[in-house]
Amino acid sequence: MKILSRIYIALIILFLYAPIAVMVLFSFNSSSSVWVFEGFSAKWYSELAMDDSMLTALRHTLIIAALSAVISTVLGTAAAVGISAMRNRIAKKLVMSVTQIPMMNADIVTGISLMLLFIFIGRLIGLREYLGFHTVLIAHITFNLPYVILSILPKLRQLDPHLSEAALDLGCTPLKAFFKVVVPSISTGIVTGFIMAFTLSLDDFVISQFTYGTYQTLPTFIYSMTKRSVKPDVYALSTIIFVTVFVLLILYNILQSKSEKKRTETKSY
Amino acid sequence: MKKYFAFLLSAVILMLASLSGCGYEYAELELRGTYDKSLEGTELTVYNWGEYLSLGEDGAIHVNKEFEKLTGIKVNYITFTSNETMYSQLKAGGTHYDIIIPSDYMIQQLINENMLQKIDMSKISNYDLIKDDYKKLYFDPNDEYSVPFNVGMVGVIYNKELTGGEIEHSWNVLWDEKFKDKVLNFDNPRDAFMTAQMILGQDLNTTDKADWDAAAELLKEGKSNLQAYVMDEIFNKMETGVAAIAPYYAGDYLTMKEVNPDLEFFYPDEGTNIFVDSICIPNNAENYDAALMYINFLLEPDIATANAEYLGYASPNTAVIENEDYAYYQNEILYPAEEDMPKVQYYHALDSETTKYYEDLWMEVKLY
Repeated sequence: MKILSRIYIALIILFLYAPIAVMVLFSFNSSSSVWVFEGFSAKWYSELAMDDSMLTALRHTLIIAALSAVISTVLGTAAAVGISAMRNRIAKKLVMSVTQIPMMNADIVTGISLMLLFIFIGRLIGLREYLGFHTVLIAHITFNLPYVILSILPKLRQLDPHLSEAALDLGCTPLKAFFKVVVPSISTGIVTGFIMAFTLSLDDFVISQFTYGTYQTLPTFIYSMTKRSVKPDVYALSTIIFVTVFVLLILYNILQSKSEKKRTETKSY
Repeated sequence: MKKYFAFLLSAVILMLASLSGCGYEYAELELRGTYDKSLEGTELTVYNWGEYLSLGEDGAIHVNKEFEKLTGIKVNYITFTSNETMYSQLKAGGTHYDIIIPSDYMIQQLINENMLQKIDMSKISNYDLIKDDYKKLYFDPNDEYSVPFNVGMVGVIYNKELTGGEIEHSWNVLWDEKFKDKVLNFDNPRDAFMTAQMILGQDLNTTDKADWDAAAELLKEGKSNLQAYVMDEIFNKMETGVAAIAPYYAGDYLTMKEVNPDLEFFYPDEGTNIFVDSICIPNNAENYDAALMYINFLLEPDIATANAEYLGYASPNTAVIENEDYAYYQNEILYPAEEDMPKVQYYHALDSETTKYYEDLWMEVKLY
């Protein structure tokens, strides 16, 4: 039984990571073939460093991901706090469902409707130029928000409401109580929401495709290569992104377990 | 510890973001036209096919950087994957492009819909380099709206090891049962129908529904022979010998041949499709004068040669065709001699009823 379950896990890991392993391997191929490995070379990495149209697209993607993650985390935290403080249960349910609809909605519907909205408003206020950086950013914040809210709400539910009342009693202003007491206790939710928003924004294709205008992001740039053939420096870039995320996650976990240890130590005093 | 994490993340982001085209060495260009910095500080938005411009790969010329250095105009370069994507972006509005490079039939459609503006040819001093064959084309009979950028023809690529040597120079090979399950065809309606229309001897721009029905029947018949409808997957399938026969663009055959020397190529005797991608300026362009400068720059012999070598498609530019140092100088596939020139037909923009009709037929074929 134990062997079976091990095989099962091994298979799952294989399915999850084999494609990435193959991509990493072929990013070091000396030819552009994806069939024959002709020799080890870092050629595609130096090609990538030269390929500044791709790097521009990457820069756009990173800027959008970082900004939209920060903004949607701030807005989402405020929204989550507001929702959890609502007394009217029907209204609360209603607001919750409204927040969740964008998550259930197909990306293509969100993308097209956002594009139509931008064009409508742009024409209404008489702008000549509006699809671009701002519209991609707004679109990404829009689809990130529900995820941030949903990752923070459970933390708020766990939070003892008397905690911030106690802080108020002890002389905190409501704002200070919020930042000193509430935020630290829901911080894991906030960080999770942030990371989720960041990665969602990083690899969004469909919604960006409809809203980017003149601000092309990496996924839409790579898609435009499919008339000819996707160059192997895309594998090199994907490998770098994968390794970066991987290392960051490991670091994050190490730091987290360290701080947890510290916390249990302080508690035992 | 979250602070560390956030710090690390932002450090990595900044590092990745600041990576940008390091180490490009500017070439020494010999220029025919004159360029000045009168428009320095302005921006030019160029909307082109993906992988259609030499941007410094393998030590080649980086067209946009050279242009930026020369004129001080910042090039905002974005890419599309099909004429139709480009069209819908342009039509939707909300943004402007100063330069677009669509294909023939799309240019016809854009002109019909009043979406292009005339190019002031008196400012394009290099226009005299364009070969006469590519002037006064059907979609722009007075050469007012477009400047040819590259030219290509569709042919049949085959693997001589897998087919057992030379094969008949006809579209019929795609239907030949000898090659069952080793044949590929285009995964877009116009090109796939073209292969059948050629066998049936039709006009590619027919509006007769019976013609399209007949072509669809033929495609359905050929489907049992077919391995798959593909677009860019063709590169891998042909290079690795997974498929033996496939129609594709001549320029792309040359790229595949470099990887797999067993690949051969012919233009079918029945005739084939020719396309021209031309540079145009949309109606809502914001930097018209910079656009003219950019068009003239793309026609510069050094720039056009670098592009033609990068792209692998044929060039309409005589300075490229007659340049003995050009990698595809007198290449008989890209530039067939007059007597070897296949019978060619351009695609025209079809009326919406016909378009809808063949697109529905195409769905039927794909689901057959």
